[in-house]
Amino acid sequence: MELPRPSPLVMERRAEIVARLKAALPADTVIDDPRGLLAYECDALTAYRCPPLAVVLPRSTAEVATALRLCHEMDVPVVPRGAGTSLAGGSLPTADAVVIGVARLTRVLETDYADRLIRVETGRTNLSVTGAVEADGFFYAPDPSSQLACAIAGNIGMNSGGAHCLKYGVTTNNLLGVTMVLMDGTVTEIGGGYMDAGDLDLLSVICGSEGQLGIVTEATLRILPKPEGARPVLMGFGSSRVAGACVSDIIEAGVLPVAIEFMDRPCIRACEAFAHAGYPDVEALLIIEVEGAPAEIDHQLGLIRAIAERHDPEVIRESGSAEESAAIWLGRKSAFGAMGQINDYMCLDGTIPVTELPLVLERIGALSAQYGLGVANVFHAGDGNMHPLILFDANKPGDLELCEQMGADILRLCVEVGGCLTGEHGVGVEKRDLMTVQFAADDLEAQLKVKDVFDPKWLLNAAKVFPLAVTEGRRP
Amino acid sequence: MTVMTPQDEAELAGMIRAADGPLAIRGGGTRSPAATRPVLSTAGLSGIVLYQPGALTLVVKAGTSLSEVEAVLAERNQRLAFEPMDHRPVLGTTGEPTIGGAVAVNASGPRRVQAGAARDFLLGAVFIDGAGTRVRNGGRVMKNVTGYDLARLQAGARGTLGVLTELSFKVLPVPERIATLALPCDDPGRAVAALARALGSPYEVTGAGWDGARVLLRIEGFAASVSYRGGELARLIPGLVHVDEDPWPALRDGRSLAGMARDIWRVSLRASHGAILAARLLEAGAAVTLDWGGGLLWAAMAPGADLRAQMADLGGHATRLRGTGPGPALHPDPAAVAALASGLRRQFDPEGRFAPEA
Repeated sequence: MELPRPSPLVMERRAEIVARLKAALPADTVIDDPRGLLAYECDALTAYRCPPLAVVLPRSTAEVATALRLCHEMDVPVVPRGAGTSLAGGSLPTADAVVIGVARLTRVLETDYADRLIRVETGRTNLSVTGAVEADGFFYAPDPSSQLACAIAGNIGMNSGGAHCLKYGVTTNNLLGVTMVLMDGTVTEIGGGYMDAGDLDLLSVICGSEGQLGIVTEATLRILPKPEGARPVLMGFGSSRVAGACVSDIIEAGVLPVAIEFMDRPCIRACEAFAHAGYPDVEALLIIEVEGAPAEIDHQLGLIRAIAERHDPEVIRESGSAEESAAIWLGRKSAFGAMGQINDYMCLDGTIPVTELPLVLERIGALSAQYGLGVANVFHAGDGNMHPLILFDANKPGDLELCEQMGADILRLCVEVGGCLTGEHGVGVEKRDLMTVQFAADDLEAQLKVKDVFDPKWLLNAAKVFPLAVTEGRRP
Repeated sequence: MTVMTPQDEAELAGMIRAADGPLAIRGGGTRSPAATRPVLSTAGLSGIVLYQPGALTLVVKAGTSLSEVEAVLAERNQRLAFEPMDHRPVLGTTGEPTIGGAVAVNASGPRRVQAGAARDFLLGAVFIDGAGTRVRNGGRVMKNVTGYDLARLQAGARGTLGVLTELSFKVLPVPERIATLALPCDDPGRAVAALARALGSPYEVTGAGWDGARVLLRIEGFAASVSYRGGELARLIPGLVHVDEDPWPALRDGRSLAGMARDIWRVSLRASHGAILAARLLEAGAAVTLDWGGGLLWAAMAPGADLRAQMADLGGHATRLRGTGPGPALHPDPAAVAALASGLRRQFDPEGRFAPEA
């Protein structure tokens, strides 16, 4: 994986750039000592690291605007950063870049239950948005597994999803408005407490633009009343193929659970050892959650059970208590951490049409044998968003490269069957060079044209999302 | 006027490249005045491309009529959950609404308040830009963050960024039971308060409107669940009773206002502000209905009356669906936002082939 060479023109002005930022911003806002910069050298894609030129941690939209305006004037690249939990290297710096982080922007600005919205600064974590409203019976729906740590800014950048988006949608479906600072320091207000855009729906391109169009400092988010109750059911099957067929049947039957999660045996064992959720030892496990009043839950689970019985499940076990439900979800949400305890792994994020699940699982198995690398599968089965974890040994020379090749083959497979490279983690640097697998040259060019409008100098996070060869000539 | 009816994307692209001035893009023509430019019709780009009920996905050519799409889905007991509105009653037009037209104006009905708008169900799009270049964006899977979302950007762009040729959607099952509850109420403030109580409850309201005389609520799902939630809502909002009629298509299309010899406005604003604006407009003699819990206001105003002057302190935006002046039909965006929008239009349509018709 290649990053653009740092611009010598920027590197030789390092002292001047830092001095101007420090002169315009409060003293503790600018970090430039080598040790301080190390904390920002990577995000959750830890295989790649590079300390930035400087880090700015503003306390207000106005300070973000000041920092951006100065960088724009000085032609300095900027890498926006939320909480640094990107699995795709979305906030990986380059040596000539100023990182602008929103970590200090954490306030709740407004809560309105009558209009069912909350306005927050975007450094606030996903879970603490729900935390601000749950005592009053509301929640913020998108729930990425990293929700304890990840920031709303990053959720907007990557259009984050989560286990429950089968029912509630992803970030773009729950975002009503933003305050966004453009690269030249212009502060824009886009959308607001109302539901539809007046003219162009700019929120739709801002959400998921991976910090390439501006820095979002405030967000108006839709909040929803909490359901009366929710209950997961665990089902174990003798093969992944059968579990996949069961998912398809449930969806076609008109039952719409809030979540359908899938795990295979390697993943089940790791999660069980880590979280003691009481998972059965089977080839394939589904966690299906439904919501509503107790009688509604019973009714829906009854329908789901009836469908599952046709697929000869080895185990069907409903959660019997709030504690059991929490344990079931803790197991699933700990999946990446649990696997990390026993192995180095690379986590993929391709999405496929749900109907292709059995085929794709079979071919991933074949690729696993071909490359000699183990794979653990955990994913959002209801919407086809797969997270195969490829196991490798970081200390074994060549293993990471082999793993990356196998990952690329799996993502090509996702595209081949009608899916896409990334369902919720984003492209970042990780999948950047595979974009030509999914998009023709004209399709990519159309996207670059959008960035041309928001960031004509191509200073914002410009080494991400698109293959470097494609953006050559646009980047400084 | 010349009418061009390309039969495929390549022919369409060629016609755009060959044009020497602005074009009038037409789906079913249900929103459009008589064209004063050469017409580019999507009628030849019609048909279902792929329908996978088990994956809840539909891929369809943009010129396909909504009625055909809905019929195909109904065979498998599925539907477009965003229930696009029909512009014919208000605009007095004829023709068949198309799926491409519905996306071009992001036409969304009462279920907007719970399930979302057309843009929320759009998974991907193919379009031809103003230079005649074919662009594919998104796909046909429900979670996709690969690259910028230009498909959703097309929703509501009114064809100014390109001619839509193929669209993919998430579709949803038709629920076992649909029920409507009503409560007599002639005051928009009390109506929106009741709607907020319902929408703030866990009973999953999929329609929340006010037709000027009644608060209207809709709940959908399995029969037992609908009956339970209906009971709970009636407990929460005393006086709410089941009604047998289906008032939602009329509310969705502004039909109660359509027959009046007045301008018709559609205003998107914060739900609680819907109540405030409704009271002001009623005071001024307008006829008003509310949808989306108050977040969508329909008004029939005296011809030439300036609705926007009444909402300057409220935010949101007003579209004049019928009538002329004062001001543009679309609400002007703030300058910084408008600059971004016009920048995008220049990129996708440098020659102004898709410039809005007057």
